[in-house]
Amino acid sequence: MKRILVGIKRVVDYNVRVRVKPDGSGVVTDGVKMSINPFDEIALEEALRIRERGGAEEIVVATIGPPDTQQQLRTALAMGADRALLIEHAAPVEPLDVARVFLKLIEREQPFLVILGKQAIDDDNNQTGQMLAALWNRPQATFASRVELADGKATVTREVDAGLEVLEVDLPAVLTTDLRLNEPRYVKLPEIMKAKKKPLETLPLASLGVEPRQRVKPVRYEPPPQRQKGVMVKSAQELVEALKKKGLVA
Amino acid sequence: MSKVLIVAEHDGTTLNASTAKCVTCAQALSGAEITILVAAANASAVAEQAARLQHVARVVKVENPANEHLLAAVLAPQVAALAGAYSHVFGPSTTFGKDLMPRVAALLGTAQVSDIMAIESATRFRRPIYAGNVITTVEVEADGPIVGTVRTASFEAAPEGGTAAVESADVKVDLPADTRFVSVSEAKSGRPDLQTARRVISGGRALGSAENFNLLYRLADKLGAAVGASRAAVDAGYAPNDLQVGQTGKIIAPDLYIAIGISGAIQHLTGIKDARTIVAINKDAEAPIFEVADYGLVGDLFEVLPELEKLL
Repeated sequence: MKRILVGIKRVVDYNVRVRVKPDGSGVVTDGVKMSINPFDEIALEEALRIRERGGAEEIVVATIGPPDTQQQLRTALAMGADRALLIEHAAPVEPLDVARVFLKLIEREQPFLVILGKQAIDDDNNQTGQMLAALWNRPQATFASRVELADGKATVTREVDAGLEVLEVDLPAVLTTDLRLNEPRYVKLPEIMKAKKKPLETLPLASLGVEPRQRVKPVRYEPPPQRQKGVMVKSAQELVEALKKKGLVA
Repeated sequence: MSKVLIVAEHDGTTLNASTAKCVTCAQALSGAEITILVAAANASAVAEQAARLQHVARVVKVENPANEHLLAAVLAPQVAALAGAYSHVFGPSTTFGKDLMPRVAALLGTAQVSDIMAIESATRFRRPIYAGNVITTVEVEADGPIVGTVRTASFEAAPEGGTAAVESADVKVDLPADTRFVSVSEAKSGRPDLQTARRVISGGRALGSAENFNLLYRLADKLGAAVGASRAAVDAGYAPNDLQVGQTGKIIAPDLYIAIGISGAIQHLTGIKDARTIVAINKDAEAPIFEVADYGLVGDLFEVLPELEKLL
């Protein structure tokens, strides 16, 4: 079966203004809205579109997290994924161990393509896809803004600092998504109902033979230094004079 | 003492300024001995530039026709093969470094510290999370080389004036052929590079069209400034993706940043936090950009821009 594996992460919703706990021990997440990481939603949308074009037969979505993460998997199933895997683990898992878990899932599911978000909007690591490709010893095409599949190859346009880079990679491969790859679909109510009947399998992380370890230990969290609010000027003339006085323009 | 390997970013002929910023970051490690790795098809020109950076002890060339396009899958095994002799392996937190360094870390079986903005000790680093809304300090377990990417906006470029020795390394590892470079869009503007420019003028969705961005380009050329854009302007097709400033675009630290018709979404502000002086021009007096601007002007950009062009 031509299968795509999509990874998703449950994160604090992007509309929430995160706050550091007063004692600096972490970020306030109690009672805060949680959602699928936006880049992962784009990953799933791309997989769905590939399936709709006849380029894949099954979309499997997987996540690592506490039991509550089922909610995000149900949303993914409602978007159109065929099956979901919850790798249950209460504590946060670092990118290298996430990659090790996904390597196990690849062995199990034999996908021809793995699509992940380029980064999670909580820890902003931007590592997992690249690490997975390394462990799998397969090509990676990160920061994708356009993907074309043909003849066992993917031609991927990547958003890089210089502009747009195009790579051709042999499949199987790992792709990570950038923002402009697509616009994820909205989930309609009937799909939410249908998603309740779709298979969602739960596996304890330990059963995969991966022992997560904390290698990068957070010791302190703090808000960033705030910039001071400056002055309002009345006209372009006044602005140019102020900038000239500071030597910022000639 | 720390032995630091920095992976040079370059285009085959010119060393990218991000490399010199990694050098400054690495210097914060006490007693750092800094080596720059230049992987290329022909590395001599870039290696020479790297050797001129102050505080660099050594430049190592790894020449191979396969290194013509700096593909992560091809570079990573070569970097990993050399990494064993070092306490730290750094690359810039540019799209080049973000693509490459985690692949190196995974081959070494080690974690990566992304976007290092400050070094507190050989194992303790500060980095932004949640789009820069939180700063975290992390302690890294060092059971091998520590791999990190350096947030370039947090460091000045190391100056020239050094005379490091240049040597060649012969790296014998199998290189994959399953990733092939096809093309890259040519930089065409002739304007300063957005990431290193001292002055940047950015436009937002309020510009209204790609044509209206020409107003910005004209002013930028008068000021010798680079041009940037908000995500909304890029999404709307007014400006190409490589001009995007913000958390998911470029994070910059110019002396002067002029935001025109940009409301100041959090993810945009993350990209300009380190600018010395921020100027905001917006017709909405309540726009969040004014909260961080050193100089704010409430007005219609289509009136203000021509005026500025005349005055400057």
